[in-house]
Amino acid sequence: MTVHRAPAGPARPTVRPSPATSVAGESRRPPSAMRRRRALVAFGLLGPSLLGMIVFFVYPLVMTVYYSFTTFDLSNSPRWNDFANWRFIVESDPLIGTATRNTLWFIVIMVPVRILGAMAVAWVLSRVKRGSGLLRTVYYLPALIPPVASTIAYVFLLNPQNGPLNVLLKRLGIHGPGWFTDPSWSRPSLTFLSLWVLGDVMIILLASLLDVPTEQYEAAQLDGANGWQRFWYVTLPHMTPILMFSLVTGVIGALKYFTEPAVASATAQGKSAVGAGTSTLLGWPDNSTLTYGQLLYAKAFGANLFGYGSALAVLLFIVTAALLVVVLRRFKAFTPEVAR
Amino acid sequence: MRHRRNLLAVVAENATVITLAVCFIAPFVFIVLTSAMSAQQAGTSFSWPTEWHWENYRAVFDKLPMLKYFGNSFVYASLATLFMLVSSVPAAYALARIRFRGANVMFLGVIAMMLLPPQVTSVPLYVMWTHAGLTGSLWPLILPNLLGDAFSIFLLRQFFLTIPAEYTEAARLDGCGEVRTLWRVILPMAKPGVAATSIFLFFASWNDYYGPLLYTSENEGAWPVSYALAQFRGARSVDWNLTMAATVVAMVPVVLIFFLAQRTFVQGITLTGVKG
Repeated sequence: MTVHRAPAGPARPTVRPSPATSVAGESRRPPSAMRRRRALVAFGLLGPSLLGMIVFFVYPLVMTVYYSFTTFDLSNSPRWNDFANWRFIVESDPLIGTATRNTLWFIVIMVPVRILGAMAVAWVLSRVKRGSGLLRTVYYLPALIPPVASTIAYVFLLNPQNGPLNVLLKRLGIHGPGWFTDPSWSRPSLTFLSLWVLGDVMIILLASLLDVPTEQYEAAQLDGANGWQRFWYVTLPHMTPILMFSLVTGVIGALKYFTEPAVASATAQGKSAVGAGTSTLLGWPDNSTLTYGQLLYAKAFGANLFGYGSALAVLLFIVTAALLVVVLRRFKAFTPEVAR
Repeated sequence: MRHRRNLLAVVAENATVITLAVCFIAPFVFIVLTSAMSAQQAGTSFSWPTEWHWENYRAVFDKLPMLKYFGNSFVYASLATLFMLVSSVPAAYALARIRFRGANVMFLGVIAMMLLPPQVTSVPLYVMWTHAGLTGSLWPLILPNLLGDAFSIFLLRQFFLTIPAEYTEAARLDGCGEVRTLWRVILPMAKPGVAATSIFLFFASWNDYYGPLLYTSENEGAWPVSYALAQFRGARSVDWNLTMAATVVAMVPVVLIFFLAQRTFVQGITLTGVKG
């Protein structure tokens, strides 16, 4: 049996600046007053944002690199310290290994689980005939509320002694785990929470799912493809780019993962995740929820080690930049299209 | 036979849909039920409220200056949104509709800025705002929007690109300048996109935790509600019932806005997705 791999999916993005707009093209054409005026207007419109990019992006990046070679807190100006920060990262920081491993855990487990979950929910929604608008709202709603609120709610729902979930499990004769209070369950609990708020990814996947041309399904059906085969040979190829996009943005999300683990660890300890002492509450229990982004925050703003925090930031930037290159190469919407 | 299989499939599908809906809604139900319990009941094994204590919601406002927090959140989110519109709509238009040298670099910069984890630049920015004397307030989170918000620029540009180029060309042929074209031709057509982008930034600011943690943690008077909520459980040893009531209170505004502007919103989210 053959299945039409119909001209599957949109063609690979080949949006390159056409010769007419490339730099070479620009210089070939005689500069006209018109075009120069247009560039002037463009820079006028972009001016504030260009300034913003320099002040809030380029300048801080440069300064982060500079600070990473210094001993620095707010009361004393930065002093060169002979790579002490970098040596500490490589040789002796006891937490950086833990934080990196935890972050990797979230990248390898939580991100794919979340995308699979979102895909499954989107798939269910795409097949619903009546009430799909209402259902979409219901499935999406948790993604909307403040992460602090959803995290506190989950710490309550999953609290080991009296939480609704463990009470329910008990009725079924299951002894529920300690969830957020147990080092081996805290990351799965956060993953569980991330599934409740999967709506943001789900909506994007759903849009792409509904976008598959029906003729392709019909053609596949004529060829005798069953449901699974139609999914595998028609739906999936169509959705590969968007799935890749979700994956990359998910990984970046995991790299900066902060609010949920911070609030969960404080709330599960019965403490406040606000105020100056917040950094001492991070990672509980047993540093099991300490992510890289949290470690950076704790070092820089909790321990006032601005130089060391900057060194950690430089590493984070390098990893993110590598991912950015993948994103920019691969995705059409991120490719500068020719302005029309 | 075939008919029966279809029936089975329909039943299975409906069961899945309903089970899923229950899973997504159940947490809300538990939260609201707990928020109306007595402190004593909320501290024991979960069960249906024996008596209803809706006055818990009052207590939330009595225990903490919630109105102050709401005010802070509102100022933060609405000023950020307003400032973003002023700076980012023109920038997005320039990137979507004007050909000029350097446009590509500029656009790549926007993408990089949008995807960069905030922790990377936190230290120098914090130092900068300390020198400006603005730590302890929400201004370090509001003011940058005057100089463009990367995600909003990206999203607005996506919307502008969906408007057929003929309109801009016609306007230009008629002798409209770029600013007039943007104001008179593009903006009226891009209203849903502009609305969606505004809602996104409003929500992002309303829900923000990391920003207020950095800049306002020392000054309780500047705390926005989503941040202040994180102190509830710990501060003054508040019970779960009040914590859940506060949680509901913090959720209500976003949920309300969502229901009012649902269509715009969903359309917006869809455009953040990328067709490869």
